[in-house]
Amino acid sequence: MPNLKDLKNRIASVKSTRKITKAMQMVAAAKLRRAQDAAEMARPYTERFNAVMGALASSVGDSDSAPKLLSGTGKDDVHLLVVLTAERGLCGGFNANIAKLAKQKATELKAKGKTVKILTVGKKGRDAMKRDFGNLSVGHIDMSDVKRIGYADAQGIAKDILGRFDAGEFDVATIFYAKFVNVVSQTPTAQQVIPAAFDAPEQGTAEASTLYDYEPDEEAILADLLPRGVATQIFAALLENGASEQGARMSAMDNATRNAGEMIDKLTIEYNRSRQAVITNELIEIISGAEAL
Amino acid sequence: MAETMQFDLVSPERSLMSAQVKSVQIPGADGDMTAMPNHAPLITTLRPGVLKVETDKGIEEFVVTGGFAELGESLSVLAERAVPKADVDQAAYEAMVDEAHAAYKQTKETFKNEPGPVDDAAKLLADMVAVGTHIGLSPKQPSL
Repeated sequence: MPNLKDLKNRIASVKSTRKITKAMQMVAAAKLRRAQDAAEMARPYTERFNAVMGALASSVGDSDSAPKLLSGTGKDDVHLLVVLTAERGLCGGFNANIAKLAKQKATELKAKGKTVKILTVGKKGRDAMKRDFGNLSVGHIDMSDVKRIGYADAQGIAKDILGRFDAGEFDVATIFYAKFVNVVSQTPTAQQVIPAAFDAPEQGTAEASTLYDYEPDEEAILADLLPRGVATQIFAALLENGASEQGARMSAMDNATRNAGEMIDKLTIEYNRSRQAVITNELIEIISGAEAL
Repeated sequence: MAETMQFDLVSPERSLMSAQVKSVQIPGADGDMTAMPNHAPLITTLRPGVLKVETDKGIEEFVVTGGFAELGESLSVLAERAVPKADVDQAAYEAMVDEAHAAYKQTKETFKNEPGPVDDAAKLLADMVAVGTHIGLSPKQPSL
C-alpha cells in the first residue's frame, strides 16, 4: 500500500498540472478566436485573387509563352515539399499529422524515382522530418519570433521558394498544412503551389464570359501576379494553420484537463481509503492492547 | 443622384473598405486612371500611389504599395498593402521607402547584367518616393 504522504504529493502535483492545462486551454481558446478572425479577414482577398487568376490563367494558359510558374518547367523530377507546422508542441496530433502526410508523400515520390527536397517552416516540423528525411532537407524557416502572422511573413517564405525555383532547384512545389474544419477536427492538406493550379471558372458563367481589357498586357500582369499568388496561397495556409494549431491545442488541453480531473478523483478515493485503513489499524492495535491487559 | 458602383478595397490581411462609390482614381501601372460606373471591364496592376475614392459622403484616400484592380460590374482593388492616408506618418512612409531602397539594392546585386528587373525596382522606388509628394512627406534618402 502506497503511503499517505506519497499519495498526498501526487494529488498536489496532478492538481497543479490540471491548473496549467486549464490555463493553456483558455489561452488557446482566446488565440483561436483571433486566429479565426484573421483567417476570415483574409478570405475575401484570396477568393477574388483566385477568381482573377483563374480567368487570366485560362486565357493565357496553353500558349508557349506562358510563364514557367504557371505552366511548369515541363518536368516533374524534383519535388519540393514545404512543410508548414507550429513552433510549439502540446497541441495533440497537429504537428504529427502534417508531418505524417508529408512523409507519406515523400516516400511515395521516392518510390517513383523522383528527387525530393524538403523545406520546413516551424520548429516542430523540422524535428519530425529530421528523423526520417534529414538528408533531404534544403532549408528551414524559423517562425518563433513571429507573434502575429502577417502577409510579410508569407512573402518571405514565398521569396525563398521562388528564389529556389528561379535557380532551377525543383520542378514542383507542394505545401503541407492543416486545414481548419472546426475546433475538434483539422485536416492535413497538401496543396500544389508551383506550377500554379487555379480553379478555372466554369464555362458559360457570367464571370467567364466577361472579356477584360488588360493593362499592361495579360502576360505582364500574369508575371506580376503569379509570384504574388504563391505568397497569397502560403499566407492563407499559414492562417489556416494558425487557427488549426490553436484549435488542436484547445481540444488537447481540454482532454488533458479532464484526464487530470479523473485522476485526482481516483487518487483522492485511494487516499481516503488508505487513511481509513491506517485509522482502523491503529484502533485495532489500541483495542487489542487494552484487551490484553 | 449620381450613379454609383460597388467598390471593395482588400489587402491580404483585411478588408479596408466596401461601399457604393461615385468614382475611384487608381494609380495604374501604366498611368493613373479614374474608374466610374459602367466602365469597360479591365484588369490592371497597380504601382505605389494614392487611391482616391469619391463617395456621397466625400473623398477618402488610401496609400497603396502595389497589387491589382479588377473592374467589372463592381470594382475590386486587391492591394498588397493599403493604409488610409491619414495613418501614414513620416515614420511609416520612411519605412516604405527604405524597403524599396533595400529591394532595389538587392535586385541590382542579383541581376548585374539584366537591366529588366533593376529598372523595375528603380521604378518602384521612384514611385514610392513620388507618393511622398502627394501626401506632403519627404523621404530621408533621395530617390537615387
